[in-house]
Amino acid sequence: MDIHEYQAKEILSRFGVAVPQGGLAYSPEQAAYRARDIGGSKWIVKAQIHSGGRGKAGGVKLCSSEHQVEEEADELFGKRLVTHQTGPQGKTVYRVYVEGAVAIKREIYLGLVLDRKSERVMVVASSAGGMEIEEIAQREPNSIIRSVVEPAVGMPAFQAREIAFGLGLEPALTQQAVNTILGCYKAFEELDATMVEINPLVVTEDNRLIALDAKMTFDDNALFRLPHIAELRDKSQEDPRETRANDRGLSYVGLDGSIGCIVNGAGLAMATMDMIKAAGGEPANFLDIGGGATPERVAKAFRLVTSDQNVRAILVNIFAGINRCDWVAEGIVMALQKTPLNMPVVVRLAGTHVEEGRKILARSGLPIIRAGTLAEAASRAVAAWRNDSLTKVAS
Amino acid sequence: MTILLDRATRVLVLGITGKIGSFHTQEMIAYGTNIVGGVTPGKGGSMVHNVPVFDTIKEAVEKTEASAAIVFVPPPFAADSIMEAADAGLKLCVAITDGIPAKDMIRVKRYMRRYARENRMQLVGPNCAGIISPGKSLLGIMPGHIYLPGHIGVVGRSGTLGYEAAAQMKDLGIGISTSVGIGGDPINGSSFRDILELFENDPDTHAVMMIGEIGGPQEAEAAAYIREHMTKPVAAYVAGLSAPKGRRMGHAGAIIQAFGESASEKVELLRDAGVAISPSPSEIGRTMETLLKAA
Repeated sequence: MDIHEYQAKEILSRFGVAVPQGGLAYSPEQAAYRARDIGGSKWIVKAQIHSGGRGKAGGVKLCSSEHQVEEEADELFGKRLVTHQTGPQGKTVYRVYVEGAVAIKREIYLGLVLDRKSERVMVVASSAGGMEIEEIAQREPNSIIRSVVEPAVGMPAFQAREIAFGLGLEPALTQQAVNTILGCYKAFEELDATMVEINPLVVTEDNRLIALDAKMTFDDNALFRLPHIAELRDKSQEDPRETRANDRGLSYVGLDGSIGCIVNGAGLAMATMDMIKAAGGEPANFLDIGGGATPERVAKAFRLVTSDQNVRAILVNIFAGINRCDWVAEGIVMALQKTPLNMPVVVRLAGTHVEEGRKILARSGLPIIRAGTLAEAASRAVAAWRNDSLTKVAS
Repeated sequence: MTILLDRATRVLVLGITGKIGSFHTQEMIAYGTNIVGGVTPGKGGSMVHNVPVFDTIKEAVEKTEASAAIVFVPPPFAADSIMEAADAGLKLCVAITDGIPAKDMIRVKRYMRRYARENRMQLVGPNCAGIISPGKSLLGIMPGHIYLPGHIGVVGRSGTLGYEAAAQMKDLGIGISTSVGIGGDPINGSSFRDILELFENDPDTHAVMMIGEIGGPQEAEAAAYIREHMTKPVAAYVAGLSAPKGRRMGHAGAIIQAFGESASEKVELLRDAGVAISPSPSEIGRTMETLLKAA
């Protein structure tokens, strides 16, 4: 789960990380009021969306009067920002964060990630901040410091000190850097984060070390024990199709194609998408309805997939293991009888009691296109989608 | 011979009194697995499917001489059960549970390092379908009837995609020595490399089918191992060629976050290591058939 910059800063400051003085605003007037509250003569107005690259997308504005703060905030509210991470549909701004501007002397990168190779938390730092870590890795690979934390004892101060000295900070700032690094680690560890990123961490003209931006991602599997983190979820930043699915216990990822997929199992769902692509189509979604594939879940999945306006054909691919194809087939028939669809549906069943399942589909009298193999299912779904598009264009 | 388990392996079911644990206990017994006990704290003394239930794993091991366990314990408590299993001296533990926090798995893996390598429990999973040695033993949740006994080792992350592979091979008359699901989590017990090594040393396994997916470094690590150490032919399919970067595809670990984690990059590494690549998920069986003919 992602959270907003201002929320990450609030959390990290509780763990001893210094952040600029700032305030959240839901309206332009509130933004101006925040600016007055903060004081000074220069402010930054920052769009709060769940994405990096906001600056390039026009979501970060430097202002030199309260009036300008209000105007820029007015411009940002309701705007869809498209960044390299949001996809073409972008993300809408509903909150802005106003901060006092600081004079920057130096920019540093500081990140903590779950490193899958060492299977531990790893600190990644670089004296070349301000760029994204991928860019740093490409342009200044030698500037990157990596340091893995031993989970049994946590991070000792010396480890943070080594990183601080490795960044070439002047001695006066070392202790502050150590506190920042240790604070980030404690937050990461205590709150089941999977990523903490401060980019940039800056040295100001008046020699303070401040987190100018902050990003935190949390382990979805741990939210059950972190109610105060779970409630930071902002559904306005999610794909509405995914929100619907996740709220119904289905694992769904919205994509841009026209062939809706209903599959049991994550690996098979990815494989089904690959197969559609190989057959010349584009999947509209990833959807794993779980190993169980009960009739209720199948019905839910149909409703979800067809709520996507782009879907022109549906491919159901179920490999029944412990559950049985005849049960799954009954579920499909029930779902389609209850809500008839005006688009082709291709069903491929495999596994336990497959013959009985196929018979149920055939007997139902529903216009279901049946397929025996994965390849057949994908090519029939793509053909059905093409024919459907052709008839729609012709009429 | 098979890897990891055989007909005689004495197995405990952790979380046996739950709905899922109880159901799969019955399935495993029906397949011939030697289930000797179950563990659910507070339910000691009861019976599930004629299997005695114990309060602690140590007690269960003492009374039953079990050497393996399968975990159906719910996510908040699963990591604790896995550590308890390691502490009780079990040799093998298969964790089926989906949804264990990554931090808990970091702790589990650190805890297991307390034991010298030769005494260390082998953990498979979590978030996996388990292990099956067709015709012999099942320590998992897969449907036994889709597996033909034979000489191909199968290792993969996904459950149903593994079934797909097994079914395709069965249709072509190709049987399986052991199939191992290593699970879809970012931090897991056994890696592809760990299982490949077992297959390489198993006289009953003649070739290996590996089914990878996007995310993480384990396919790359496997490619290096195959290039340097494997004498047996390996075929592979990697799921997620059409998956977008930075989006989690169902499995907690199925997300492209770094260089080398996409399906196409993994395919390249495996191909360079001499692995026969299945171009699509419907060609898994045929890719193995071709590989066997060439060998």
